[in-house]
Amino acid sequence: MSATIPPDGAASGELISEPLPGMLGGLRRRLRWSRDPGTRTPADVGKAAWWFLAPALILIFVFFFLPVLASLVLSVTDFDIYAIANPPSTRFIGLANYTKLMHTPEFWQALRNTFYFALVGGPLTIAVSLATALLLNARLVRFKSFFRTIYFTPFVTTLVAVAIVWRYLYHARYGLLNYALGHIGIGPIDWLGNPRWAMPAIILLAVWKQFGYNMLIFIAGLQAIPQDLYDAAEIDGAGPVRRFFNVTLPLLGPTMLFVSVITMIGYFQLFSEPYVMTSGGPLRATTSVVLMMYEEGFRWWRMGYAAAIAFVLFIVILVATLIQFRLQKERV
Amino acid sequence: MVQGETATYDYRPGAEGGAAGGGGRGRALESELVRRRVSQVVLYVLLIIGALIALFPMLWMLSASFMPTGEASTYPPHLIPSRITLTHYRELFTRLNLGRYLFNSTLIAVVVTGVSLVVNSMAGYAFAKLRFRGRDRTFRILSLGLVLPVQIAMLPLFLLMKNLHLVNTYWGVIIPGMASIFGIFLIRQYALSIPDDMLDAARIDGASELRIYWEVVVPGILPILATLAIWTFLATWNDFMWPLIVLSDEAHYTLPVALANLSGEHVQDTELMMAGSVLTVIPVLAVFLFLQRYYIQGVMAGSVKG
Repeated sequence: MSATIPPDGAASGELISEPLPGMLGGLRRRLRWSRDPGTRTPADVGKAAWWFLAPALILIFVFFFLPVLASLVLSVTDFDIYAIANPPSTRFIGLANYTKLMHTPEFWQALRNTFYFALVGGPLTIAVSLATALLLNARLVRFKSFFRTIYFTPFVTTLVAVAIVWRYLYHARYGLLNYALGHIGIGPIDWLGNPRWAMPAIILLAVWKQFGYNMLIFIAGLQAIPQDLYDAAEIDGAGPVRRFFNVTLPLLGPTMLFVSVITMIGYFQLFSEPYVMTSGGPLRATTSVVLMMYEEGFRWWRMGYAAAIAFVLFIVILVATLIQFRLQKERV
Repeated sequence: MVQGETATYDYRPGAEGGAAGGGGRGRALESELVRRRVSQVVLYVLLIIGALIALFPMLWMLSASFMPTGEASTYPPHLIPSRITLTHYRELFTRLNLGRYLFNSTLIAVVVTGVSLVVNSMAGYAFAKLRFRGRDRTFRILSLGLVLPVQIAMLPLFLLMKNLHLVNTYWGVIIPGMASIFGIFLIRQYALSIPDDMLDAARIDGASELRIYWEVVVPGILPILATLAIWTFLATWNDFMWPLIVLSDEAHYTLPVALANLSGEHVQDTELMMAGSVLTVIPVLAVFLFLQRYYIQGVMAGSVKG
């Protein structure tokens, strides 16, 4: 991870260096009266550092790392609703939760649904983000920040609220989407009621909600590509398409990796959209791994079993992340 | 305008018609200009279509929230209310207790934002600028947390909160949000640019480490603090899964949890649900639109790490 240029570089640099001369002057004046100037040892600074870190580290350890480790332990127990009242009744059952999962068709379906969402929705989101970033980065376009703000707006909205809005837009009879499609001769689709269309409908919402964030990152990446390279390619007779594939895409490599990893990790955690729009239906067609974990853990209180689901999800995300890094390394 | 562009194109190496005589050259330039104009129009058409798609769901939500009951479920659909009514907003605030949820969401988001700014900025600064044993190792362990999905922690976290008697309290939502690995990373990255000389000068001056943090470091990292503040506020406001798990009593619901709950009971009341969605989204949109400069720059800076 190399150092990042702070946004607003010049201004913040000023902010930092401006008080320096004044402070040094005051310092020299006060040094004479200071009883122990400069006696603070590196060890003292080190001690202070731990005090600065303590609140954050304690919070993150107790409320994040510890629960993650506990989750691993939980997943090899039969912790359930009775155990909540009487924890000592919990028994160690080894990998039984995992073997049970492997034999549960609903789990495989949830895994398939999650992969469907991540592997179709993820690339689609990235494609839309990159396309809008290229549009906004075009030299001929003005009002860039105006459009950028509009495109980014869906990302900051509350997912639950917009999922409810989209649920009505998808309504089979009164929804505006079917109304619009009707005009180009496409018959009414029961978006959220048909097992075939429910996941595409959720993917469409996710793309709309998410592309603005990736777009910003792509714009930052595009701006870092030196203009000379485009000029040189143009002199060599490369058209816009060749320039995109030979200059833009290779130089966006690190940005692309970052965006794909972030998007994919987020998409594997699909939960709110199906919870609000379909409750995982119809016929469990939109039940994701996290939704299944939520239902097993917090509706039926089979917490040991749910912890095993959570861990499988973690392994999936880890493997997918490693694959992305490997692919990236091969390309470079 | 035309003059300027002509001049620009004259100097371009290899510009079309460079070797031709005066007349051919003028025609080539003209067609170049036409080409530019056409691609400009195409770009703007695409941009405007994109903007309409991005805004349409929210505009429709706003419009439907003012429609008389039932008007949003008609065929053909209405885009504009036949007459504007505030009934649904009134019902939300009187019968459905929305004021309470608005209060809960605001309280939780403000406290989380305030506390997390202090906690994360102290840690981020220490990682960036203070030398101590085990710094790199601690930082590496912390960065492992970035790949762990938060959902893994939720089951044991719930049991922990239950033992601490924090289930169904504001603290149950607030405490897990008070420190974030992402926030620490963001601050550290920015704090690296504080000159060491400045901190050493303050040390020779006899300022305590806490005073250095407060009077030298905090003013120096204000822009990134603003970014983190907006980020945290929006993320906390919009958060759904953990509040859904830890809050079981309606009196403590945040807006998203209340809205998801309402949408189950009032699935037929389109206009009412739209009004509820408007009230949930408006505060975050306002924060974003007023402070977007900090937010957008922060997103772009925080991500380009290479």
